[in-house]
Amino acid sequence: MSATVDVLAVLKEKFPAATPRPSLDHPAVNLAAGDIPAALKFLRDEQGFDFLVDLTAVDWAEGVSPRFTVVYHLLSTGRHDYVRVATDCPSDEAPAVASVVSLWAGANWHEREVYDMFGINFTGHPDLRRILMWDGYPYHPLRKEFPLAGIDTPLPDAEIMAETGARVIAAPMAGGPFVASPGEINLTEAEPRAKDESWTERRAKPDA
Amino acid sequence: MATEFSFPDSAAKAATAEFESEKMSLSMGPSHPSTHGVLRLQMELDGELLTKCDPVIGYLHRGDEKIAENMTYNQFVPYTDRLDYIAPLANNMAYAIAVERLAKLEVPARCQAIRVITAEMARISSHLLGLGAFGIDTGAWTVFMYAFTEREKLYKLFEELTGARFTTSYSRIGGLQRDVPEGWTGRVDAFCDQFLPNLEMILGLLTRNKIFMDRTVGVGVISREDAIAYGLTGPNLRASGVGLDLRKDKPYSGYEQYEFDVPVGTKGDSYDRYLVRGEEMRQSVRIIKQAIAKFPGGPWYAQDARKIFAPPKDKILTSMEELIQNFMIVTEGPQMPAGEVYFEAENPKGALGFYVVSKGGGVPWRLKIRSPSFCNLSILPKVCVGCLISDVVSILGSLDFVMGECDR
Repeated sequence: MSATVDVLAVLKEKFPAATPRPSLDHPAVNLAAGDIPAALKFLRDEQGFDFLVDLTAVDWAEGVSPRFTVVYHLLSTGRHDYVRVATDCPSDEAPAVASVVSLWAGANWHEREVYDMFGINFTGHPDLRRILMWDGYPYHPLRKEFPLAGIDTPLPDAEIMAETGARVIAAPMAGGPFVASPGEINLTEAEPRAKDESWTERRAKPDA
Repeated sequence: MATEFSFPDSAAKAATAEFESEKMSLSMGPSHPSTHGVLRLQMELDGELLTKCDPVIGYLHRGDEKIAENMTYNQFVPYTDRLDYIAPLANNMAYAIAVERLAKLEVPARCQAIRVITAEMARISSHLLGLGAFGIDTGAWTVFMYAFTEREKLYKLFEELTGARFTTSYSRIGGLQRDVPEGWTGRVDAFCDQFLPNLEMILGLLTRNKIFMDRTVGVGVISREDAIAYGLTGPNLRASGVGLDLRKDKPYSGYEQYEFDVPVGTKGDSYDRYLVRGEEMRQSVRIIKQAIAKFPGGPWYAQDARKIFAPPKDKILTSMEELIQNFMIVTEGPQMPAGEVYFEAENPKGALGFYVVSKGGGVPWRLKIRSPSFCNLSILPKVCVGCLISDVVSILGSLDFVMGECDR
């Protein structure tokens, strides 16, 4: 672990905007969006993190600023250590980060996926098209405001739509999803038995 | 006796000069037997040679990551079955360990051993299907039949353990769905014993087979540098000469206790990828036999997972405390701390990673699935250019991908 802690120190020296990022497992660092290609190149060429295992983004919900964070996971094939590099997109309306396709050819599809799902633009990407959804799909489904059921949209093929009149319809959710929302909940409030605190095991029932 | 063919060159040249050569565009898939599911390749052809290959994916996109944000951690377990549906037991385990890392849970040795055994059985099952399908792609039907006979025996064991042949949903966060049935490990051991000679026979049908070698040797060569640059993992990466195996290099679930070798290829062609998979099955058998030999007793779920693991059914029906606990787990989900973790496991297809971002509570804020098939397929535009169409079939078979995982 000490070797990777050093990596963060070295990174901090080279890129003063770097700040440690809270993490439960691997060393993690926040970088300024402008530093991204240079810092990843530095990690790849001089620190041995030569394998880009994952590239993704997180949407922190509408109205939160910064709204989008792009997260890179790098692996060192020599030392077998991971490092997590994250950067907040400077703009919430037109998020954009520099592409790293020139460093790892495999970033091509990852960046296309993030563009498809979140609408984050990767400047300098050779071929930024949708990858999982079809070309011309109007939404970015992993954004938090996009409903789980989906949104009624025209079919990708106008000819078939004209012939059949079919559309891509939202899924029938029957009132769901039936789950709690993420975030700290107060268990004593959520637990129905504990709501009435007039008497509990700790406080005996008053004599009637 | 060598025959010298001499074409009337001047006439041929004169004939071709009259015609402009023209590229042909051909779409292979999304429903084509050798694209193993719903992959579509948009190819540009010069005669029979590919000049461009653009994979079109997403036909099986179900929005698993969106679904994960809208359900509790426990509810997502069955969805992991449907990623790489050839090896659901390995997916269940990878997801469970990722969330356990978030919750800082240690599962007991028995649970770890059962997970290792099931994951290795899933690896054998997946590689058998990979080999069988690869055999069909290159014209060897028999391999498929023998491979499926062995897979059927595995499915019987899966069914006995989990209640399902295909979509097992066996691992739970902090443990397993249930303990192994009486005598099950003995039957797995017996399966391994009879499997090894059968495996040799199946591999013997292909390894020195002239037709198979003609179709695979030197076809679809992926260099070491390309394999790393494109993020290839699993047998596809190791066939290119990179000895990266997370079971060895980042041991999880007690893999450090077992002795096994990591086969590595030298040339990175389709044939090497086949050889690596064949050897991995032998190593999986070695791991299973070791795990069964020192199969530990004790509990099979984490005892400190009180707020996470559903209490036993008989307790729920008789005790108030357990009933409330079960109610809370079902309605609010297992309560997790805030934070983020990234865990990837060495699955049959490669490194399956889960990046979990939690804000606390029972629902992940973001769950990213790093799917090995997605990354392995991203190299197609590079490796297919300059190949014959028939080579594409061989390359697809050797990459051994699953679209359910690729498209998520």
